[in-house]
Amino acid sequence: MKEFKYVIRDEVGIHARPAGLLVKEAQRFSSAVQIHRGDRTADGKKLFALMALGVKCGDEVTVQCQGEDEDEAARALQVFFRDKL
Amino acid sequence: MEVLNGKGVCDGIAIGRISFLKQHHAVVQRTRVEDPAAEQARFEQARDKAAQELSQLYRKALREVGETNAGIFDIHRMMLEDEDYNESVENLIHTQRVNAEYAVAVTSDNFADMFSSMDSEYMRARAQDVRDVSNRLIRLLSGSAGNGVPEAAAEAESEGRILCADDLTPSETVQLDKTHVLAFVTRHGSANSHTAILARTMGIPAVVGVKDLTDAWDGQMAAVDGSQGIVYMEPDRETTTALLVRQEEAEKYRARLRALKGKENRTRDGRTVQLYANIGAPEDIGAALFNDAGGIGLFRSEFLYLRSDDYPSELTQYAAYRKILESMAGKKVIIRTLDIGADKQIGYFGLGKEENPALGYRAIRICLTRPDIFKTQLRALYRASVCGNLAIMFPMITSLKEVLQIREIIAQVKAELTAEGFRYADHVEIGIMIETPAAALISDRLAPEVDFFSVGTNDLIQYTLACDRQNPLLEPFCDTHHEAILRLIGMATEAAHRHGKWIGICGELGSDTSLTEQWLRMGIDELSVSPSQILRVREKIRSITVE
Repeated sequence: MKEFKYVIRDEVGIHARPAGLLVKEAQRFSSAVQIHRGDRTADGKKLFALMALGVKCGDEVTVQCQGEDEDEAARALQVFFRDKL
Repeated sequence: MEVLNGKGVCDGIAIGRISFLKQHHAVVQRTRVEDPAAEQARFEQARDKAAQELSQLYRKALREVGETNAGIFDIHRMMLEDEDYNESVENLIHTQRVNAEYAVAVTSDNFADMFSSMDSEYMRARAQDVRDVSNRLIRLLSGSAGNGVPEAAAEAESEGRILCADDLTPSETVQLDKTHVLAFVTRHGSANSHTAILARTMGIPAVVGVKDLTDAWDGQMAAVDGSQGIVYMEPDRETTTALLVRQEEAEKYRARLRALKGKENRTRDGRTVQLYANIGAPEDIGAALFNDAGGIGLFRSEFLYLRSDDYPSELTQYAAYRKILESMAGKKVIIRTLDIGADKQIGYFGLGKEENPALGYRAIRICLTRPDIFKTQLRALYRASVCGNLAIMFPMITSLKEVLQIREIIAQVKAELTAEGFRYADHVEIGIMIETPAAALISDRLAPEVDFFSVGTNDLIQYTLACDRQNPLLEPFCDTHHEAILRLIGMATEAAHRHGKWIGICGELGSDTSLTEQWLRMGIDELSVSPSQILRVREKIRSITVE
């Protein structure tokens, strides 16, 4: 399993647009993608679940990727977070 | 500019575009499907079509308003693909064997509710997107007219509209998404119709009985003056300015009322009266507390039955009552038992059509002849009673025999609960509605058997004056301040007090501030009004000297 932490800088947090893009990005990989915020977790491939996580600016999230392509997935998502969030 | 007259039923001013409600598609019907696989295929087809529409919209918006604004259609398309959303729809189709439209509508509500309850304002607003995309699916599924493409549709979502219709049934008014409604204007309806009552509950300006209203005005600008009952079509600058000034004054008035929060309901000479809220669903509790209600004077329990496709189970009801009691945190909550009839139908009750539903098989009459339904509700209420300060109230009482029967059923329910090891509160107040002339006339006989009375003025007026309150032609004859009404309420008050019981008013007359002084002199102990009326009535109470 690969994991990284990231503090959200986007003013509105993980709002609809980046959530949608994040889901698309996560779906490119066969690995399971979990996003943790505090004690709550959402499947990174499900839009509504991710939005319901309610991640706000300044929140720290932990992203975990597990599966065959977990290395690539974690790398790609790390880039995604840095660029978009 | 054209000036249309109607009857203002909720104060306030709204200026905006008219949206004429196309009523055939307002309500999604639930039907049973024999072939869930075929229904699922229908759903999938609609989903593909919706995705196509959204892609077209996205490209069009991209050209015209740019990427940032077009993005919303992209989000909608992704929402359509969401695994949880699709699973929910498919599960409903397969396990409940419901039509796809209904499955989508239920799913939409659940997901929209999830967003509505989030703490970020931005996320709360996403509930609208869930509804928007779900409505697109429902429209495609039901094959209704229109291709859903025009920009007007998208625009309507983002800005408020003045909602016009021939008439709104109670269920339509309840089910409408009110967040974008600036005002209601209807061609039919009267001051006491459900639409009017609901508009007041929600504090949305409303004008009813606008005879010249036509759907040709869809999309035009209008100004609505709820206090005067006037609709200005394509208002000129002068009118708009004047209305804006009044709108500002109204805002000042609201600010004055807000300042009354936390103050006592006490007259100048020290008399206090309880001021409670009338509500019809758990989501109204927020409005009640927001407006400083001392308790809930009338909680209509019909929502449980209306939102269900079959008789709600004891557990479902228990959970709902418990949540209500807990949200009110020890404040009194008076829940009224089931009050339906031929005019407020619920499909699975299988009630026949009646010539004269107001005088028909309804409310307590149904409960006493179908004790299974009644007992389930009472069991749930008593089980929930340990979670807060519960009182139970029974509607449409006309005789002592009914009250005694109710008490006997309650005794049975309590005995059963005790035998099964369930706890219930030691003392749950039992009250009856005084809403028939018969009940008022024999109130001295009824008072010893109950803990309180609550006067339902709407029905009391209708039954005493023989006026159908939904019929606008009768308004000249329906004098709500008729001496007969006041005498009946006076009789009931005197009887209640003679037996050491308390009496409240939960009908519309409770918030009629031209009568507040009279109620206080009469000795009314409690007034229960729409949440939006609480502070207005408090202001009135505080200006009165009784002695």
